[in-house]
Amino acid sequence: MPLVSIDKVHKYYGENHVLKGVDLKVEAGEVISIIGRSGSGKSTLLRCINGLESFQEGAIYVGNQAVEDDELKLRLLSRSVGMVFQSFNLFPHKTAAENVMLAPQLVLKKDAEECKALAKKLLEKVGLGDKLDAYPANLSGGQQQRVAIARSLAMSPKVLLCDEITSALDPELVGEVLHVLEQLKEEGMTLILVTHEMNFARDVGDRVVFMHQGKVWETGASDEVFANPQTPELQSFLSVVR
Amino acid sequence: MDYQVNFSGLVPYFSTFLSGIGMTIQITVISTILGLLVGTYCAAGRISQQRWLSSICAVYIEMTRNTPFIVQLFFIFFGLPALGLKLSAWEAGIIALVFNLGAYSAEIIRAGILAAPKGQWEAGRTLGLTYRQIFIHIILPPAYQRVYPALVSQCIIVMLGSSVVSQISLEELTFAANFVQSRTFLSFESYIVTAVIYLFLAILMRQAFTLLSKVMFKAPAL
Amino acid sequence: MMQFTDWDILRNLLLAARWTILLSLFAFIGGGLVGLILTFLRSAKYASLNVFFKVYVEIFQGVPLLMQLFLTFFGLSLLGIDVDAWTAAILSLTLFSSAYLHEIWRSCIEALPKGQWEACRTLGLTYAQTMRHVIIPQAIKMAIAPTVGFSVQIVKGTALASIIGFVELTKAGTMLNNATFEPFKVFGLVALLYFIICFPLSVLARYLENKNHATR
Repeated sequence: MPLVSIDKVHKYYGENHVLKGVDLKVEAGEVISIIGRSGSGKSTLLRCINGLESFQEGAIYVGNQAVEDDELKLRLLSRSVGMVFQSFNLFPHKTAAENVMLAPQLVLKKDAEECKALAKKLLEKVGLGDKLDAYPANLSGGQQQRVAIARSLAMSPKVLLCDEITSALDPELVGEVLHVLEQLKEEGMTLILVTHEMNFARDVGDRVVFMHQGKVWETGASDEVFANPQTPELQSFLSVVR
Repeated sequence: MDYQVNFSGLVPYFSTFLSGIGMTIQITVISTILGLLVGTYCAAGRISQQRWLSSICAVYIEMTRNTPFIVQLFFIFFGLPALGLKLSAWEAGIIALVFNLGAYSAEIIRAGILAAPKGQWEAGRTLGLTYRQIFIHIILPPAYQRVYPALVSQCIIVMLGSSVVSQISLEELTFAANFVQSRTFLSFESYIVTAVIYLFLAILMRQAFTLLSKVMFKAPAL
Repeated sequence: MMQFTDWDILRNLLLAARWTILLSLFAFIGGGLVGLILTFLRSAKYASLNVFFKVYVEIFQGVPLLMQLFLTFFGLSLLGIDVDAWTAAILSLTLFSSAYLHEIWRSCIEALPKGQWEACRTLGLTYAQTMRHVIIPQAIKMAIAPTVGFSVQIVKGTALASIIGFVELTKAGTMLNNATFEPFKVFGLVALLYFIICFPLSVLARYLENKNHATR
């Protein structure tokens, strides 16, 4: 049974038909890269998986939990689905460690000491063991994004959604964030990335999903898709981004 | 001009001024705390999805902001007893000041809340926090920090506005000044001394709030 | 004792409201003129004057308006100038408004990017030309909403003139209350009349502010 299964999902923004019957299955431990032009629906699809966006038709399952438009169910779902954003969205008034500790404390009701230890462990893991007490404003973009990853991991999700997480970074800072993702892959984390980093998609990703006009246009093993794109749309897309 | 300014005539009334200052500080501190509390709840109500709650808060805010404080005070002190709600000058003064600061600070705090990036709400939701938790732990603290200067100014305006409660015979600083001038006929002297004291209190209040912000807001300015 | 009907109460309040409006207008115009002069002098950067402006604003924003009224009323008569409540009210509301309006306008001018001044200097424009053609047109756009918003504060400020005996809306309310012993009705109506004057101004200020945000 796939970890994430997306079945014929349709989404409309008013008249605008954004997702037109998307099907996608993701196995546990897989790293999926979703690529495509802006406006192809890739970010919307990602945001449907954890309920940030609602959809009108079809079904999405994470494990055996259905994604439904229901406050309580979505809160439960958020324990298994983590998300990292393009703009980090760290809490500016909390230190790196406090950012990581907040959800375990409030949602999982763990005690402060336990959360502190967890924050320390996770921040060390992303290479920020010396920045526990730093505020986001005093961290570089790459460091902030790594804190954001640690913050998601604190809820021990089964799958981590990454929405263009390197797009807001200066080029020299991209590497440190991608390095953390590689590390997560080695540990067996399931990752679904919307990304512009084609090299990363090819070298680290297991599978590539090319979205076009609200549909999964082409999909396949990473090296194959990049070496041998089938549809003219993907060919033209790849020739532009490379 | 043959008038001799005579400040020494005020000296016997030192303790009158002092107790007036005490009362002004007391009602300012109480109404600042309660007013900011009302303002926070009201700002939360204003952004609520519940239409009726949001409307009630909006009506309260607009009513208060578009009528003079002295009329609100008279309405509460003279008008409400007609409905059987008898209030002392102290109670009426506090209620009016809280009512006033509540409405103004609600608008200020709401602006701070609305300035929060959408991503902050989303990050909270993805982490599984409830609406209430997101509001209290994620949205509200930076909102206060963002609008702190405006809130401080508003609290100082409340302190200055408290001079009006002298009109219902609450014995604060302006009441003391009126009392002294009626006894000594040194009206100019009494009022200039009082004005300087108010100015001093306003500066002191700003300093206190600056000190407080250093304790409350440890994160760098947003 | 004379009997007051509801209509009598309302009629007397409406008559008194004229004075509230008139006083507000005088204070707004007077305060605007003084504030304008202060703003021009300040942005002309006579450094030595800046201390004076700061103290001026600090005093009028740090002393209760009521105290300012008392000081004008009693202080001027001390100087041998016999002032009535009307003159004292206009004078002190003018000074009060000028400090706030100056502060609003100054911050609008200072909010403009420094690059605007620098660009003008490199183009060889004089101070007056820079102000007239570049700074003021932009600053006015920003200033108009908070200026309208402050006019509400002026209208409400005029209510304090009642305390030095000027018969405007609030004073009329107090007098009618003493005659009728119906404080709930009288002060309710007084509040309503103020609301009718102030609310449209508040709405206008908010509309202008939103429009400003939309075009930026």
